[in-house]
Order: sequence, then C-alpha cells, then structure tokens
Amino acid sequence: MINTSLKQLAALLGEKKISSVELTQVYLDRIATLNPELNAFITLNEAVSLADARAADARIAAGNAAPLTGIPLAHKDIFCADGWRTTCGSRMLENFIAPYDAHVVSQCKAAGMVTLGKTNMDEFAMGSSNETSYYGAVKNPWDKRAVPGGSSGGSAAAVAARLAPVATGTDTGGSIRQPAALTGITGLKPTYGVVSRYGMIAFASSLDQAGPMAKSAEDCALLMNVMAGYDERDSTSLERPAEDYTRDLDRPLAGLRIGLPREYFAEGLSADVAAAVDAALAEYRKLGATTVDISLPNTKLSIPVYYVLAPAEASSNLSRFDGVRYGYRAPEYGDLTDMYEKSRAQGFGTEVKRRIMIGTYVLSHGYYDAYYMQAQKIRRLIAQDFAEAFRQCDIIMGPTSPDTAFDFGDKSGDPVAMYLSDIYTIAVNLAGLPGMSVPCGTGSNGRPVGLQLIGNYFSEAKMLGVAHQYQLATDWHTRMPENI
Amino acid sequence: MSLTLQDVKRVATLARIAVTDDEAVAYQQQLNGIFGLIAEMQAVDTAGVEPMSHAQELSQRLRDDLVTETDQHEKFQTIAPQVEGGLYLVPQVIE
Repeated sequence: MINTSLKQLAALLGEKKISSVELTQVYLDRIATLNPELNAFITLNEAVSLADARAADARIAAGNAAPLTGIPLAHKDIFCADGWRTTCGSRMLENFIAPYDAHVVSQCKAAGMVTLGKTNMDEFAMGSSNETSYYGAVKNPWDKRAVPGGSSGGSAAAVAARLAPVATGTDTGGSIRQPAALTGITGLKPTYGVVSRYGMIAFASSLDQAGPMAKSAEDCALLMNVMAGYDERDSTSLERPAEDYTRDLDRPLAGLRIGLPREYFAEGLSADVAAAVDAALAEYRKLGATTVDISLPNTKLSIPVYYVLAPAEASSNLSRFDGVRYGYRAPEYGDLTDMYEKSRAQGFGTEVKRRIMIGTYVLSHGYYDAYYMQAQKIRRLIAQDFAEAFRQCDIIMGPTSPDTAFDFGDKSGDPVAMYLSDIYTIAVNLAGLPGMSVPCGTGSNGRPVGLQLIGNYFSEAKMLGVAHQYQLATDWHTRMPENI
Repeated sequence: MSLTLQDVKRVATLARIAVTDDEAVAYQQQLNGIFGLIAEMQAVDTAGVEPMSHAQELSQRLRDDLVTETDQHEKFQTIAPQVEGGLYLVPQVIE
C-alpha cells in the first residue's frame, strides 16, 4: 500500500476496496512507529485526521468524490491550518494555533484530502539541513547520520519513509528541490505566482512559492491540480486559466532539446553526483532527447544576490513578531522596547536572527544602493541569462545539489558553507522560474542524488511530462530506504 | 568593508533584538563572513540595468473598497499573549 501511486490509491478508494479511514490509519501507524526517531512531524492530531477521513469516505459513498478525495497528505508547518498548531519550526510560534486556513490548505480540504499532520522544517524556512528547527532536526531516512536537506526536510523525509503518500513544501531558494534530492523523492517548485501564498508564513515574499513533494512526477502533477490556481487574497497570485498538470505526462521526448549549463558541471560538483546526472542524461538521449551546451554566466552571483534580497525581505516580514498579538512573549521585561527586544531575542533562533540583522543592515540608511539596489540589478542579469538560454533549449538540466546529503554538524557552524550548498537552486527563485528535482541515482555512500529540471515560465506540465517519461524508463523513484 | 562591534549592536537595536556582548562578538564574526560573500557583487558593472524587484512584473491589483472581513476578535485574541476586555495589553507607553 505504501508504495502505491496516487492514481492507484484513488482507484482503490473509488472502487471501495479500501476506505480513507483504513488508508489514513496505515499512515498514522507508520508515523507512530517511525516518527519518534525520524522527527519528520512537529504536530499530529489523529482524531482530526480520522475525522477528515470519515468525511472523505462519506463523500465517496455519496458519489461526489474529487480525484484525490480520501488521500492523506502532510503539510509543511509553514501553512496555517485552522485549529492546527502552526509553528514554522520556531519557538516564536510554539503555541500558535492558526485561526484560518492557508489557500493551499483550503484547496486540499475542498478536494477531500486528509491532513496527516504538520511537518518539521528549518525555522521560518531559513536553512538547508533542518538543523535550525527549534523542534530538533529531521533525520534522513536513508542514513540517520545525514541531514534530510531543508527547509522542507520534514515533508521530504515523510514521503521518503512513506509516512505520507504526498506532502506540501515551499521553496524560497531551493527548499523543495534540495531536500527532495537528498531524500530521493520528486519535488516541484512552480513558476512564481502559480500557487497562492495566502496563509503561508512569509519569509521572502518575492521568492517564496509552494509546491508538491511526492514519490513521482505523476503524483506531483495530481497534487499540483489541487494546489494551483488564482486567489485574490495573494496580491501576486496570477490570474490564468486553470491547467491540467497531467496533460503532458504521456508526451514522447523525441526532439526535446536539453540545455546543460556549463556552470552547473564545473568545480564544486562531487564526482558521485556528476556520474549519476551524466547517466540520467544518457537515458534522456536514449529516449530521443538531444543535449546542447549552454551558459548561465551569472550563476555564481546568485548566492550573494540572494543573501541580500532574501534577508532584506525577511527582516521586514518578521517584524510582525513583536509579542503583542500572537506568538512568544518573554516572561520578564521592563518597558515596551525591552519587551520587543527580549521576546524576539528569545523567540527566534540564531540563523533567523542573523538573517534579520543582515536584512536590517542592507536596508539601512546609506547602504541601500550599494546592497539592495545592486542586488536587484544583478537579479535582472540572472533572469536574462535564463531567457537567453531558453532560446537554445526547451528545458535545462543539471544537478540539484553539489553533493549527496551531508552529515549533521558538517556545515551547521559555518553559515557561508551552508549557503554555498544552494548554488544550483537559488537562481531559479530569483528569476521566478519553475524547477524540479527527480531522483536519478545514489552516491557511493548510498545516499540519493537528484537531477534538477528547470523550465521556462509556466512550463510545469511539460516538465512533469519530461520527468514522468524518465520515471517510466527507470526505477530510482520507486526505491525506498531500507531499515528505517 | 567589515562591521564593527558597534555596527552590530546598532543593527540589533534597529531590528529590536536584544544581544549580549558575547553574542555581539559572535554575530560580528558571522556577519562579516557573510558580507565577505556578498562583496562579490560589488565588482559587477550594472550601469544601465533596471533593478528587478519581482519575478512577474505586475501592476498592483486593487480591490473594491468594501468590508470583506467579519469580526473574529475573540477567536484571534485567544492566541494573544495578554488580553483584557478585548484589548491587547503591553507595558505602559504614555505616563
């Protein structure tokens, strides 16, 4: 059951061969057994999950089920879900019970999906290893000495360990794709504006985008059909006609031109990852695609640009946490300013405070032009690199991450080393393009490798098809960790 | 460019984050490491390049000026740190 695709699960539910309550119980039992060690979930509520499942069963019995009615899913703990504790991985929101649903959550509820729980994440989505979570790091199900990646590491580990058939994630600089790569699952970051950010706790608003994390591209496409869509409550939600993201799954690859950015295969890429990615590209050629060398010359600059723009936006977004209306308030304080300063000092972890300080500095008087303005100008150069590249190819491929999952503690003491591990994912967010990670092998340490796909704006359906055709020909996405 | 200890304390004050002297020293070292990375940007010639603030350059959408929210203050205030008589309590601001 745990390796069954969403399409097959939906068929089993529709034919009443299994009920949603039974299916939900399978996952709740796995969570009860495996989560104490993996720490993929921060909050569970069995009674609510089973009530969702009973409602789904009633809907199926009444004959008005939607395609994913009765399917359980896990939400990253960045999405507000009415009545659920929503922590964003922070002490600041340790006791925050969301009073409303994020758009993504309400879409999943409207589709009749069952909420299994809220998954662990780096605090306020700031991290690439899950080590910044106030609730303790998630372990990588493939090797418990290894990080699961971040910031959507809980969702990634939950899908990889089959604690959930599918999950939601968010990606500001790689936070869906990098953990998907490090845990051997498939994840999609859509074009900026395709999925509403309403009720998704803001980190860097011009970069944040939610997407599906699943066992396969086909499952991602099915969840995208639920998550995507216009929402007037997000001022950057795009008004576009509804799409069926499964429409190109069966399209053959003959004639597909794959661009290989030379900057993504240069120094810094580990031999294990390079070998697995090369093998995947050879498979694509066998399937009828051709490859062409391209260049994204400003790739290296994406990291400094991101570490100006994202902290700048974060310092502004996180100013709302003041200990007045919700969230943590220090137990002892003097005047109002002292209350703010102590509540924020105690409520936020070190990485979050570092980024707030960077953002405050680059936006402060006298530095704005040198940092923020310069970063925005280079952001345009980075976006233009992609526009130029897409004149020569239909899709871009390369590694998602320079290496397989690293060990706990390897980079946590050195923020710069941690930031550099996002070299292949960040530019995609700056440009607002869609990106995916698809499992394509393992390193000599047995840890998974992800192949990154980058598409032009609004080409999610095509990308999902390109990934699905690869998954029809290979079995990397079907492998699951042993001895979890 | 590198941040002095005084710069770090000033930024922490602007960001309303209390820092001890020891923490300020640690932040100074970490922030200077990060600004070392950011400095790579400074050499890039961006003369004539329009700043890009957003991936989809849209004009701000406006909505009709109508009341769309319902009064849920009781629900919202159940999660507030300190409330009395429908008001959020903070330390006295005006003597």
